[in-house]
Amino acid sequence: MNAIELNNLTKTYNDGSITAVDHLSFDVKEGELYGLIGPDGAGKTSIFRMLTTLLLPDEGTAKVNGYDIVKEYKTIRNIVGYMPGKFSLYQDLTVEENLNFFATLFGTSIKENYDLIKDIYIQIEPYKNRRAGKLSGGMKQKLALCCALIHKPTVLFLDEPTTGVDAVSRQEFWEMLGRLKKQGITILVSTPYMDEAGLCDKIALMQSGKILSIEKPQAVISNFNEKLYGISKGNLYKIMLDLRKYEQTVSCFAFGDALHLRLKSNADDNVSNIKMYLKNHGYMDTEVKEILPGIEDCFIKLLG
Amino acid sequence: MRRLKFLLIKEFRQIFRDKSLLRTILIAPLLQLLILPWAANYEIKNIYLSVVDHDHSTYSSKMIEKIRSSGYFKIEAFNSSYKQAYALVERDKADIIIEIPVGFERNLIKEGSQKVLLAVNAINGTKAVVGSGYLIQILQDYNNELRLKWVAVDRIKPLPQIEITSSNWYNPLMNYKTFMVPGILVMLVTMIGSMMCALNIVKEKEIGTIEQINVTPVRKIEFILGKLIPFWVLCMVMFSIGLLIAWLVYGIIPAGNIAVLYLFLAIYLVAVLGLGLLISTYSETQQQAMSISFFFIMLFNLLSGLFTPIESMPKWAQMIASLNPVSYFISVMRMVVLKGSSLYNIRSHIFIMILFALVINIWAIFNYRKRS
Repeated sequence: MNAIELNNLTKTYNDGSITAVDHLSFDVKEGELYGLIGPDGAGKTSIFRMLTTLLLPDEGTAKVNGYDIVKEYKTIRNIVGYMPGKFSLYQDLTVEENLNFFATLFGTSIKENYDLIKDIYIQIEPYKNRRAGKLSGGMKQKLALCCALIHKPTVLFLDEPTTGVDAVSRQEFWEMLGRLKKQGITILVSTPYMDEAGLCDKIALMQSGKILSIEKPQAVISNFNEKLYGISKGNLYKIMLDLRKYEQTVSCFAFGDALHLRLKSNADDNVSNIKMYLKNHGYMDTEVKEILPGIEDCFIKLLG
Repeated sequence: MRRLKFLLIKEFRQIFRDKSLLRTILIAPLLQLLILPWAANYEIKNIYLSVVDHDHSTYSSKMIEKIRSSGYFKIEAFNSSYKQAYALVERDKADIIIEIPVGFERNLIKEGSQKVLLAVNAINGTKAVVGSGYLIQILQDYNNELRLKWVAVDRIKPLPQIEITSSNWYNPLMNYKTFMVPGILVMLVTMIGSMMCALNIVKEKEIGTIEQINVTPVRKIEFILGKLIPFWVLCMVMFSIGLLIAWLVYGIIPAGNIAVLYLFLAIYLVAVLGLGLLISTYSETQQQAMSISFFFIMLFNLLSGLFTPIESMPKWAQMIASLNPVSYFISVMRMVVLKGSSLYNIRSHIFIMILFALVINIWAIFNYRKRS
């Protein structure tokens, strides 16, 4: 059974002049960790707000656990957990008070569902008497996740949960998501970070309210079907500008400390040709080698 | 409704942690009630007079002495010409010029009448009207004295005249503070109640906590009651502090039943807090909420009869005032505190206020949406 179903879901703003979500359809299976990957403004937050019954769609339908998001919104509010992209708990209440407050609103208590949040809560429990506003970014995320989980939702919506969080906390956060998945909770998560996409069961690459592809992360990479070359060492910015002028170049982008280059052909002598081209342009000791593509490379390829 | 309890616990917890909010509720009424009644005083004192006496006679100096001894006027200068005196008015040194013509005493005795010129600076309308009123009364008094003197001398039958004596009911000493303090208290409760309520809800919008509440099964009515009840209680407390100050500082003890006052306040607060709620549904930021409430509170207070009587406003302004909840409470306050009106006397006010409370709150609840 599908935990989430979208059918031609559409949302426009400013009387239809801006289309945030454009006739979107996809399904999320029960117990799946599903990632929405896309740049800012792709329409991820609008999708979340519609699925959590905060926003009414202009067209199309969607169901969460079989309940219609427009007609049966009251039922949905009982069974979903939502963690918005912006920290939105009461900053003047303590960690424990926030958690307790949301538990009681759902007619439950911390004790009753302690098992579910234990792994996460244990990390912030030492600070349970601290006001939420005084927590660090990573701890705020953990508290927000606890609050979204405290009523044992069957579907969890996480809107960019790791934006603005340090690398270690991000990794921890994803480990937690893995554990929640094992408990049978369906998770829809959005992120602008491509490296997190690989941790999902399935990812939908989005841009401008449309989906470019829906695939398992490994399939996205294996569908790349092209050779990719990495260039490092030297003045990378200047090299990038020169490589973009190379007649064989399809695209060339900087990725951290290397350039990723796609060429028109997959010929075997490409590496030596690139080296030759660079030498002719005065770059003597650059390193060129064939590399494996990441999700981000696939995304850039999809964007054309 | 079990959820309402938790919403209330949370709200009170936040209120007691918000030091600036508590300060507003407790200290603002204290300070404002201590300061404002003294400033909002219509009794005009210290009217500066410029005297141009062309006569320099016994009669003219006696008249000036009488004016001076009234206590309302201060003689700024004795000028030799109207032009000189006018220069003082222009420099805002004098409020009224009194010009006594040459031959004042002679003509008064010979012909039985004489004219005195009063020139009034009417930039400050109240001061001008009240000041010239006082002055005219003093001159009339003086006139009567003179007449009596001649009557006694000439042994002629006295001229028939009506003497007017008045007594001021409900406020025998015409003490403006007795009149203003209850009104100012209404203004305070209105201002702080509606603003606090509006700002609190909009703050939840700004921070985003309202969305987090909206995805829970909390019902609209529970959320709204969870906001209205705490502020209703706070306003009740604030009003009580105000009454206490009115008693301790100004010696104002309500002539009527205090329970009647509280009953009306209870209904009034529902209307005022509903207004705050309504404002919050139309604003996205605290700044917007602030400007909208400021606009309404300004309008409400000036058209409430607090400073100027509604009866003397133009018809259209009276129409607006009749749609103004503040004017009803000010009227009830004065009725109960000064006049000792009973529940029966204010029954129409109560019905109108219930209507206000219903309309405003239904409108606000209708306009408050958990989803957009």
